[in-house]
Amino acid sequence: MTAGTLTPQVPARPRHRRVRNPGLGADRVFRAHSGLVFLFLYVPIGLVVLFSFTAGEHAGEMRGLSLRWYGEAFTNQFVTRALSSSLQVGLLTAVLSTTFGTIAALALQRVRPRLRAAYDTLTYIAIVIPGIVIGIASLVFFVNVFGFLNPLLAGAWPSVLGEAPKLAPGLQTIVGAHTVFAMALVIVLIRARLAGMDRTLGEASADLFATPWRTFRQITLPQLSPAILAGFLLSFTFSFDEYVITSFVKGNVTTLPIYVFSSIRRPPVKPDINAIATVILAFTLLMLLSGWLIYRRGARRAGASPVAPDATVDV
Amino acid sequence: MEDSEGRSKTANGRGSGLVTALLLVPTTAWYLFLLVVPLGILIVFSLGTRTDVGGYSPGLTLQNYADLPTRWPAFQNTLTLALIGTILCALVAYPLAYYLATRAGQKRTVLLILVILPFWTSFLVRTYAWLQILGANGIPSLLQTLGVEPRPVFLNTHAAVLLGIVYNYLPLMVFPLYVSLERLDKRLIEASKDLGANRLRTFFQVTLPLTAPGLVSGALLVFIPMMGEYIIPSILGGGKIYFVGNALVDLYLQSRNWPLGSAAAIGLIALVVLTATVYLRLTRVSSQRDVSLL
Repeated sequence: MTAGTLTPQVPARPRHRRVRNPGLGADRVFRAHSGLVFLFLYVPIGLVVLFSFTAGEHAGEMRGLSLRWYGEAFTNQFVTRALSSSLQVGLLTAVLSTTFGTIAALALQRVRPRLRAAYDTLTYIAIVIPGIVIGIASLVFFVNVFGFLNPLLAGAWPSVLGEAPKLAPGLQTIVGAHTVFAMALVIVLIRARLAGMDRTLGEASADLFATPWRTFRQITLPQLSPAILAGFLLSFTFSFDEYVITSFVKGNVTTLPIYVFSSIRRPPVKPDINAIATVILAFTLLMLLSGWLIYRRGARRAGASPVAPDATVDV
Repeated sequence: MEDSEGRSKTANGRGSGLVTALLLVPTTAWYLFLLVVPLGILIVFSLGTRTDVGGYSPGLTLQNYADLPTRWPAFQNTLTLALIGTILCALVAYPLAYYLATRAGQKRTVLLILVILPFWTSFLVRTYAWLQILGANGIPSLLQTLGVEPRPVFLNTHAAVLLGIVYNYLPLMVFPLYVSLERLDKRLIEASKDLGANRLRTFFQVTLPLTAPGLVSGALLVFIPMMGEYIIPSILGGGKIYFVGNALVDLYLQSRNWPLGSAAAIGLIALVVLTATVYLRLTRVSSQRDVSLL
């Protein structure tokens, strides 16, 4: 077959007409569709923010503008206590999972493939299993462990020290259960970064007689820091907002999501919930945006350094 | 020289082996005590029997798994709504991803971030927003003032839960679709048009098959969390629309039938892990195919 036999089969004129006009039309359709999707994504959130500024008595309406409900929400002791619990839980979870996840990801680079595969499977299970199952399983675990340990503790406790402490669910159990998922998340992030990193730099550093610790501090850590920061922020955001697992292992502690959930289950909902929700939104957005900006700057710098032109010129 | 270097290397190796082991201690402890052991307890419980006052008494029976069909409505509900939700997500996300990948130009990075941003903001707040919108003072009262009688009820319906899961998980669908559409070789579409195929035919015979891996990834990425959903059916379904998650909570906390609850939990895990494994296999296969195409 030659090109000559093909050409006549292409209907030149109708093709042009078909492509150009509907082309513009299609562009408009796609644009309109995308606009609608963005409205769908943002209008509900926007309404919550808008309604938080109402001066009226009900959550679902707009009567005048005021900051009244912010005042009511954040002078309410239950809210401030819940906020402080949530901040503690989020911060502790983020610190633990970022530290443990990062060192584990580094160690996993150097273990036998089979062992690494075992850890990868556990990481994958931790991420994929629904929170509701993790919550129930953790509850059953803590109830059994505390039921077993408390009598032992009471028996072994020297009476001089007064009454034996009783292990019970609370902040520690929330942090413990959150850290499973958050740590798995950090491990995935750090391992992805490590896989994309230039290994020759580390090898060069070792060849130049740097100690492993120095190589780590001067070569690996700077390249890794954006991913570590991203892991920290994502774990914090996850933990700060987590409801399902928390509801099982919280004991007497009330976190902010627990407070919000129980309030919206008991109508009528007051506008202070909108104010709390707006503060949660603003807070998480701020964290994510700053994290993203730092990550992008760090990634660009890390990506640029191996091929930095001045370095090659200097050599 | 050689000798000393060899010796220092082995010493170094032994030392770093110890360091490696130490670095893995916290993660090992966490995975062991807060993941493996609790899941192990669930398995043991699922083989036991219920005492008269609830809870668990040791046993070795498969009766709880045989009783699982009594909870079939929850499983059926979950699978149906998650499936419809996934299809809706795909229908909404595909044109958006197409627009972002081919027509958005410079704005695409910003728009992509705007797509994923809601996903990382508070899940509870997003679901609460729909509670207000669909609740009696929201759209229903708006429709009533426009003359719709009687005032329609949206909350506590299947549709409300469906809307909630599509809203919450849509961003997860957009990303894999965007990546596969972005990678798509535009010359193939031109070629199809040059050969006389119209837009529709080009889409179904060229674009869709070539972006199928992205579509499958996105579908599984939203289907998996939808199956384990608990908050959305509780808030927007008002306890009337049952997901497996809601059935689990009922079995554990209300009827205190821990063995049957554990069996249901294992059933849910099996569903999720099965789907996720299919996902991993498919993405691995498709990335290999990508490489071979290059």
